[in-house]
Amino acid sequence: MGKTLFEKIWDEHVITAREDGDVLLYIDRHLIHDLHFRAFGMLKAKGLEIREPDKLFGTPDHSIPTTAKVLEDIPEGEMRQTVEVLERSAEEHGFTHFSMTDDRHGIVHVVGPEQGITLPGLTLVCGDSHTSTHGALGCISFGIGTTEVQHVLATQSLWQRKPKSMRINVTGKLGFGMSGKDIILAVIREISAAGGTGYAIEYAGSAIEALSMDGRMTVCNMTIEAGARSGIIAPDDKTIDYCAGRPYAPKDGQWDQAVAYWRTLPSDDDARFDKEITIDGDAIPPMVTWGNSPQWALPVTETIPDPSGESDPLKRADMEAALDYMDLKPGMPLTDIAVDTVFIGACTNSRIDDFRAAAEVAKNRRAKVRTLVVPGSGLVKKQAEAEGLDKIFTDAGMEWREPGCSMCVAMNGDMLAPGERSASTSNRNFRGRQGLGSRTHLVSPAMAAAASVTGHFTDVRKLIPEA
Amino acid sequence: MAQKNPGLEPFTTFASVAVPIDIANCDTDQIIPARFLRRPGNDPEYPTFLFHDLRFNEDGSEKDFVYNKPEFREGRIFVADVNWGCGSSRENAVSVLRANKVRSVIAPSFGDIHYNNCIKNGVLPIRLSSEVCETLRRQLHESPGAEIAIDLDAQSLTGPDQTSYEFEIEPFDKHRLLNGLDEIVLTMEFESDIADFKTRYEAKHAWAG
Ligand code: SF4
Repeated sequence: MGKTLFEKIWDEHVITAREDGDVLLYIDRHLIHDLHFRAFGMLKAKGLEIREPDKLFGTPDHSIPTTAKVLEDIPEGEMRQTVEVLERSAEEHGFTHFSMTDDRHGIVHVVGPEQGITLPGLTLVCGDSHTSTHGALGCISFGIGTTEVQHVLATQSLWQRKPKSMRINVTGKLGFGMSGKDIILAVIREISAAGGTGYAIEYAGSAIEALSMDGRMTVCNMTIEAGARSGIIAPDDKTIDYCAGRPYAPKDGQWDQAVAYWRTLPSDDDARFDKEITIDGDAIPPMVTWGNSPQWALPVTETIPDPSGESDPLKRADMEAALDYMDLKPGMPLTDIAVDTVFIGACTNSRIDDFRAAAEVAKNRRAKVRTLVVPGSGLVKKQAEAEGLDKIFTDAGMEWREPGCSMCVAMNGDMLAPGERSASTSNRNFRGRQGLGSRTHLVSPAMAAAASVTGHFTDVRKLIPEA
Repeated sequence: MAQKNPGLEPFTTFASVAVPIDIANCDTDQIIPARFLRRPGNDPEYPTFLFHDLRFNEDGSEKDFVYNKPEFREGRIFVADVNWGCGSSRENAVSVLRANKVRSVIAPSFGDIHYNNCIKNGVLPIRLSSEVCETLRRQLHESPGAEIAIDLDAQSLTGPDQTSYEFEIEPFDKHRLLNGLDEIVLTMEFESDIADFKTRYEAKHAWAG
């Protein structure tokens, strides 16, 4: 029987196997961000060293205010300390670190692929659940906890149990105005926030193949929101072109060797998946979430559901609690929901394609509400500025900020006030995620821009010409 | 055999008041909000970060939340709903359980990363069916302060009405919890395997270095 893409990479990284089937997996790349600033001290306290500092790459993202350009701009205290300690640890232990003044810094999941640190066929981990993002390049990538971060630092390996396999086929062709974000919200709606638990998901099908690398990263990014730790997409010409010439990508003869190997990675025709799901890409509309789990997503053309129609009492209670928290009423059209703030950014949607899509909508229009546009890295920022996108945003009255996690997670100064409602391109609409009492609706960059220029959710297809 | 982790209390049998947490998809942002993630583990306020925004109003007064009720306040076992601990990988979500002396969470399913974080920190995650979890939660609401007793070695637990349930756990996870083992020390014993692997791997995949 043939092997899946995931199995091929997995098998290539097994150091040893235990009787119970768990394997010690070799880790090729380890990314680290500021929230793990305590890991180094903890390791030292145990008398341990970093085994392979050349496999470790760090960058600050969670704790940097998007108005700050240098360390001294960060308010003194735990925020600055976090960023400072990571930077100092990099010097001390000799691992690569992109500091705030380096254009290469940004959100760890934007930086990895952009620098060619993330490559097909590798195993990559980071102490961050959205590490699933990197699988878009055809590698095994997953988020880990602090104890596991220390384990990788000390041993460059992890004990892992092989997850079950699921393939999600997105067939057909996306309609105009649709993006990877609409695909993944439709997928999570379909399989639920726990539907992927225990699985590694491979995304396939014509609608996935047609996505840009940026779009594929959006899809893989939110895999964790479906409960699966890792999402993966087979490397193809697009992937290989994307990797070519990136600073940390292999060069010359090694590049040829790598490409030849990557070509062997796609799942074999006779590979078996534990679960297969098919979603019609032609039928995916622009999606908006209304509840406090990404699974509560709906086409923008629909109305808020009525919990009384739900037969499962637990689900009903969950829906009622969400409506109460979100201050929404059953039967309300999504397009009637007014927003207070729009956020375009986060590791889900802060790459160049995301800003191009948002700019297409924002062009020659005015933002009706506070709108933050936050690039995922210094290099994305530069690229967007070279294309004049920043000008489109600022002309529309939107704020163009320095790279970072920003309003995705309320711990760097960017946040919503209690009761405020956002249209956000981030990945989590959890209670309080964007600030105490915040109300988050997840959307694509184009839909976020549409909400910004109209003040409420709007079907973006009404604002842009059909290509 | 591998060394014990002095920070880990071995888990054998354990009985405690259990707390019903009726929240489906209870994400780690609810268990500990992000703004507390930079705080040190020995912060005297740490225990109050657990469910902070579900438990406290902005002025610090208590909300009507199950864990605030005196009957449940000493509960060291939680009975939760589907997809407990989904979302962010923050291990602080386990540290804050431990800061409140919580030793076990029973739920129909767990976020994968959180499940691992629990195992590695001496908190026993127990998977039981949705029906059983619902029954247990109902019984705990009906008799607040009732206890659940867990026997990890026998892989069984006894509910408030003395009904016993068996649960599954991977043998190695069980071994590690029973003995409070430090995984890094354990892996260090495989040093030569790691070194051999690396030599083979680099010869085959020079590009990946
Ligand atoms: S942008 Fe948001 S989801 Fe992504 S790494 Fe930062 S905080 Fe996490």
